[in-house]
Amino acid sequence: MPGWKGPAVNALDLARWQFGIVTVYHFLFVPLTIGLSFLVAGMQTVWHVKGDPAYLRLTKFFGRLFLINVAMGVVTGIVQEFQFGMNWSAYSRFVGDIFGAPLAMEGLLAFFLESTFLGLWIFGWDRLPKRVHLATIWLVSCGTILSAFFILAANSWMQHPVGFTINAAKHRAELTSIGAVFTNPTLWVTFPHTIAGAFVVAGVFVLAISSWHLARRNEVELFRPAARMAMVVTLIASIAVAVTGDAQGKLMTKQQPMKMAAAEALWRDQQPASFSLLTVGSLNGDHEVWSLRVPRLLSFLATGSFTGKVEGIDSVQAQEVAKYGAGDYRPSLPVTYWTFRLMIGFGLVSALLSALGLWLTRRRRLPASRWFYRAAVLSVGAPFLANSAGWIFTEMGRQPWVVYGVMPTSAAVSPGVGAGSVLTSLLTYTLLYAALAIIEVRLMLGFIRSGPEPLADTDAADLPVPAPAFSY
Amino acid sequence: MPLTTFWFALIAVLWIGYFVLEGFDFGVGMLLPIVSRDDADRDVVLRSIGPVWDGNEVWLLVAGGATFAAFPEWYASLFAGFYLPLLLILVGLIVRGIALEFRGKLPDPLWRRRWETALVASSVVPSLLWGVAFANIVHGVAMRSDHVVTASLFSLLNPYSLLGGVVTLVLFALHGAVFLALKTDGAVRVRSRLLATRLGIVAIVGGAAFLVWTQLSYGRGWTYATAAAAATCLVAGVLASARGREGWAFLAVALTLALVVITLFGNLWPNVLPSTTSAANNLTVTGAASTPYTLKVMTWVAVLATPVVLAYQGWTYWVFRQRLVRLEPVIIPVPRAPDDVVVPSAR
Repeated sequence: MPGWKGPAVNALDLARWQFGIVTVYHFLFVPLTIGLSFLVAGMQTVWHVKGDPAYLRLTKFFGRLFLINVAMGVVTGIVQEFQFGMNWSAYSRFVGDIFGAPLAMEGLLAFFLESTFLGLWIFGWDRLPKRVHLATIWLVSCGTILSAFFILAANSWMQHPVGFTINAAKHRAELTSIGAVFTNPTLWVTFPHTIAGAFVVAGVFVLAISSWHLARRNEVELFRPAARMAMVVTLIASIAVAVTGDAQGKLMTKQQPMKMAAAEALWRDQQPASFSLLTVGSLNGDHEVWSLRVPRLLSFLATGSFTGKVEGIDSVQAQEVAKYGAGDYRPSLPVTYWTFRLMIGFGLVSALLSALGLWLTRRRRLPASRWFYRAAVLSVGAPFLANSAGWIFTEMGRQPWVVYGVMPTSAAVSPGVGAGSVLTSLLTYTLLYAALAIIEVRLMLGFIRSGPEPLADTDAADLPVPAPAFSY
Repeated sequence: MPLTTFWFALIAVLWIGYFVLEGFDFGVGMLLPIVSRDDADRDVVLRSIGPVWDGNEVWLLVAGGATFAAFPEWYASLFAGFYLPLLLILVGLIVRGIALEFRGKLPDPLWRRRWETALVASSVVPSLLWGVAFANIVHGVAMRSDHVVTASLFSLLNPYSLLGGVVTLVLFALHGAVFLALKTDGAVRVRSRLLATRLGIVAIVGGAAFLVWTQLSYGRGWTYATAAAAATCLVAGVLASARGREGWAFLAVALTLALVVITLFGNLWPNVLPSTTSAANNLTVTGAASTPYTLKVMTWVAVLATPVVLAYQGWTYWVFRQRLVRLEPVIIPVPRAPDDVVVPSAR
């Protein structure tokens, strides 16, 4: 809105808040649906192979929760694709030649696959042969993973731009090698890390819901195998998260040394470098009062050697000034320091929970007391928080760059869009998303409490009637 | 053909796909309270688009993504320039998707009525605004030499674009009505067919006015032919619908939408966004395009993937080709005599 002059807000800050809010919100549903589509496909496969109706009921029960979250993921995803042009048009002009390609491929190769076969899965229970119907949910699962691959290719290019040249006359970055974009080493550590993180989210989600019922001894013959399946997936995925995260840390130290220094709020070079579990210090992190430290751990995380040298913020700042000219190349240290720790800490919660649960449920056992179930239910948010913290860390840790070393975030915002317009959309999305969150959570809680429905007659006999319970 | 021309044409094709496919599911959403009398009717209406609406909407996402990849300047100027109308469209699409997916999840009548109201509103708003947006693209907007759009929201709501908005709204409603007549049976089918005739008359009057205005102001050689063909298809579609030829009616209205998009894109060429500030500021197909290398990469992807997508999306329509009927409460058959078995049937 022309003429609107806010006191201390500008379009850039508002656009950044908006990107943060809508993206973190969207990414609550994305990992859940990536992981759940796989778990639901797994349940349906077990039903298909063993013919055990318990797995059909599980498929339909978790399938319905999956669909509620897919709907949220799909509608919030539309904003993701449009906001680059709306709020970040200078960015879009500058990088569109490269960044647009994976986005278009995501639509053409992943979104069509996902949405078309999801429609077939929802409405195809009585229309498709069982084997074909099973294939549809697997194709949905493939679509979600493919979608993650393309969007991570785009994001990895922002973290570590490759395969391009700057055309000064046209003032834009131009693609010179699509192969380089898709073989970007950043992509190949980020992609498995993100997918494994998504599987942890879904695993703990299924585990928490199963635990809630197991604590009440509801449908034990259904929820015990569901919990076991979820814990196996969670544990394997947690190990994969740790291994790929470790690889990411070492790559990041090479590609974005400032981000690693900021993750630790390490001011001066250290050799060997210790890792602080907790720090009490000043708000901007420039001096610490007290900290709990693990000797040599940061050296190992960053370099793979317990005696490796880790560069501090001051020396990286000096290097970047030498390379890019005068400026402050430090991200917000409290944000990077704490999100890094929250990511790891909440990630550990899921890993320990699943390992413990597998032990407690070994050989047809069930935990006798309720504390494990309570812990599992309370942990449902942990992997979501770990995912969000990880993304906030990696995106905020890249600041002040939007494309590392190529384009600062301050140059990316739309020049023709006023703060009033951005504020309008920021408030609109925030209020709408908050309302939808309340509706969605209440709807899910209702379904979770009422538990799996008994099998309808239509599932047993092949009556030519579409089962309305699952569709509309 | 230069790749820039190919991509301009391909983006027109993606918009045709979007308007033809999501056009009818917008229409179905708008007409929901008009063609149904009770919950069972509404189930029939919504099940007609249930399996396909999400796939239809992907055409928009691909059109947006393809514009970003092939014409970044166009994507940037357009989306930032049409900020508030686009915000309204996005809010509409968000509410609409949730309304479609959540409405049937609970049996509570109040829950259902609220989502149905949300569905109607969220089908109307984007339908209207897409027409407003496309009319403005053809008409041109105030734009600087660096291709930053300076047009105010008020200037985007000019008489020509508002007429364009009303026309897309009515055309989508008509498209929804002929789709419902084709896809359902029973009372919903009868009501939809009647409604199609009434909407058809409004669509013919409004569509003719819009096409004449478009051609007189922005028309060029061959687009007179496509505009005339669009008008012919529209009339043919309405007549076919009135005579109960539902398949032909749907096809003719779909062709109308396609021909309108072709006419608009034809008139736009060689610009992608004309500037009303100065013709020197026009954003052209070549000026907005990505590098030849990027276009070549994207062309390979599009050429290889599009036939596969069309094949499986087409297959979905084949799988769900049956007409939908009301689901009467299923009575568990306890056969005493063979003719005693209750089969769900159309009312």
